[in-house]
Amino acid sequence: MASVFEYAPAPESRSVVDIAPSYGLFIDGEFAEAADGKVFKTVSPSTEEVLSEVAQAGEADVDRAVKAARKAFEKWSALPGSERAKYLFRIARIIQERSRELAVLETLDNGKPIKETRDADLPLVAAHFFYYAGWADKLDHAGFGTNPRPLGVAGQVIPWNFPLLMLAWKIAPALATGNTVVLKPAETTPLSALFFADICRQAGLPKGVVNILPGYGDAGAALVAHPDVNKVAFTGSTAVGKEIARTVAGTRKKLTLELGGKGANIVFDDAPIDQAVEGIVTGIFFNQGQVCCAGSRLLVQESIQDELLDSLKRRLSTLRLGDPLDKNTDIGAINSAEQLARITALAEQGEAEGAERWSPACELPNSGYWFAPTLFTNVTQAHTIARDEIFGPVLSVLTFRTPDEAVAKANNTQYGLSAGIWTEKGSRILAVANKLRAGVVWSNTFNKFDPTSPFGGYKESGFGREGGRHGLEAYLDV
Amino acid sequence: MPTTAPTAHALSDVTASDSTLRRFLHGLPGVDAVGLEARAASLGTRSIKTTAKAYAIDLAISMVDLTTLEGADTPGKVRALGAKAVHPDPTDRTAPTTAAVCVYPDMVAVAKDAVAGSGVKVASVATAFPAGRAALDVKLADVRDAVAAGADEIDMVIDRGAFLAGKYLKVYDEIVAVKQACGDRARLKVIFETGELSTYDNIRRASWLGMLAGADFIKTSTGKVAVNATPANTLLMLEAVRDFRAQTGVQVGVKPAGGIRTSKDAVKFLVLVNETAGADWLDNHWFRFGASSLLNDLLMQRQKLATGRYSGPDYVTVD
Repeated sequence: MASVFEYAPAPESRSVVDIAPSYGLFIDGEFAEAADGKVFKTVSPSTEEVLSEVAQAGEADVDRAVKAARKAFEKWSALPGSERAKYLFRIARIIQERSRELAVLETLDNGKPIKETRDADLPLVAAHFFYYAGWADKLDHAGFGTNPRPLGVAGQVIPWNFPLLMLAWKIAPALATGNTVVLKPAETTPLSALFFADICRQAGLPKGVVNILPGYGDAGAALVAHPDVNKVAFTGSTAVGKEIARTVAGTRKKLTLELGGKGANIVFDDAPIDQAVEGIVTGIFFNQGQVCCAGSRLLVQESIQDELLDSLKRRLSTLRLGDPLDKNTDIGAINSAEQLARITALAEQGEAEGAERWSPACELPNSGYWFAPTLFTNVTQAHTIARDEIFGPVLSVLTFRTPDEAVAKANNTQYGLSAGIWTEKGSRILAVANKLRAGVVWSNTFNKFDPTSPFGGYKESGFGREGGRHGLEAYLDV
Repeated sequence: MPTTAPTAHALSDVTASDSTLRRFLHGLPGVDAVGLEARAASLGTRSIKTTAKAYAIDLAISMVDLTTLEGADTPGKVRALGAKAVHPDPTDRTAPTTAAVCVYPDMVAVAKDAVAGSGVKVASVATAFPAGRAALDVKLADVRDAVAAGADEIDMVIDRGAFLAGKYLKVYDEIVAVKQACGDRARLKVIFETGELSTYDNIRRASWLGMLAGADFIKTSTGKVAVNATPANTLLMLEAVRDFRAQTGVQVGVKPAGGIRTSKDAVKFLVLVNETAGADWLDNHWFRFGASSLLNDLLMQRQKLATGRYSGPDYVTVD
């Protein structure tokens, strides 16, 4: 972006976070090496700098962690809710106190802009612990009968797009309801979970209640398959979700899955255009589009297509891509080389299938994994980029003429996680929202999260709900 | 300046009658208040440092309409204001001049004399400022007086009563008449008093109404009511001038006025300009600050950047 008003770099200091050269697995309140001594490196996606070496969990470690969790479960589940709440409140407060450190850490390990970790991720992480801390002594009044019981050991596998927030979504309700946890963070973003392990110690959480096992898919698979795990919670890709469903089928384990999405963002001709443009940007470029509920399909009413696209392109030209630690950065790095390759391939396929590709003039840094914000027009339902989840900063633009057509196209997907409606007409919001088969429907906004609000999918976007009172159900024997 | 003459632009027929004008203004895209304010707030978090800050502070100084609009104004006060506009920082002659001094019509001649030869413009609030509650010929006489005394710019208030009553054509006609009275000697700033228009939809409509009628600038407020310039209403007006130029080729300036007191706030407004209307507006021909206390804070910040130390209020002039 050429401008007479160039913003000088405003980098957040790295000195607030102290990353050790190596980390172990967190089992039974102690950091330990993997049984087979394996380690892996975690890198900063924006620079490819190696941040730390982390122990890689294997089957034996999973077994050890599940045993620790099982042992801790007896005492933890027997605590009065008000006692469990004290620990959760303590964790929430420590997260707030250490939020700057955690925000910088998350930005380093994930590649997302500090603006987002600081203003979105961390406040929401703390809010989730506070929210579920509040429920811990009120479970009798949550609508699941009197004295609902916890399930036991929860095996949780989380993705790399919101490492700490997904941890909070999983661990906070599990602990509040009296379960103990074995959590496997993604192999590209293990650090914040390990810092969380330290927070658990700082909060004096009894040993074994929370266990963290950095590792790859094999560790996740072992955790899911472990016979002594009572509840499995997974957020990630639909392909892995199906695999997990197959593994869990026929066992007595309870399962919730939060999988992929291809959210439709529907803009009607009477929408508040400038705010819709902001919502489209938030919908698909928040966290570089690496959001399962991203509004990756823009459905625009044909009559305003040109006007809206002009506005959108102008707006995209003001997005600032670069060093995620710069407080003015809007678009950070893609999480991994692997993910970048997938986005690149899908975008190329979009072009090959005849969609029109557009990106603002945008200089990409020399090292790290980067992808310029990208817009595809002339997309139809038959295009791959309108069907497959890209999980990157790529927006597919489709058009419609009537509300019925908008609903039909929005629902014509194997997914059903989120949708957005933009119109100034209140009755249309309600009418359309009722017809959309998506777990979350935002109106005149997008990608808003709150611990009090349930979140989850239809169809191949998974089942079960996280967040809100509904989020308790997945961890209770009801 | 890249400005196109407002000749027979694409929208000339919308002012044919009260009903066509109403249809047009009510057909403008709505404004979602929550989204607008969220966007303004998020632009407010841009972190402007070092060279960018130095640039922004000098730019902001050059955009200030140094204003005195009090019943107690004296020629001496106006002369002092003029001197400050020409040399905002007596200890540092590299400080840019302000854009203009803004006074009541009877002080125009004094102000004109005080800034003679400096390039600083003289703006005058005419049209029965600040309430605007006078007959049209009285308002026009007010304008003609100020222009005759040498005003380079006229800041007019619209008839908010007529606007709120839906008499858009009346408001339009008044602006057209005032513009005519300005002739080609003075640029016209149209003040909406956004705090009284109350809704963002109204502010967008007023912006377009003013631009259709030939405003050279649209201005948020008089500085005399409770709610004056805010990041959100200024963002909205910047969107309006941006869209108006896209549709007609005519560029219109924007002036937030009232309530902007600190350099930090001013820089936030410049970020709004930069990222909404664009760099074409980053110039005192197209963007102004109507603020009197802002200048001293800008100067203190400027001294801080130059010396590395905060001075204090006694190191800038009180005029």
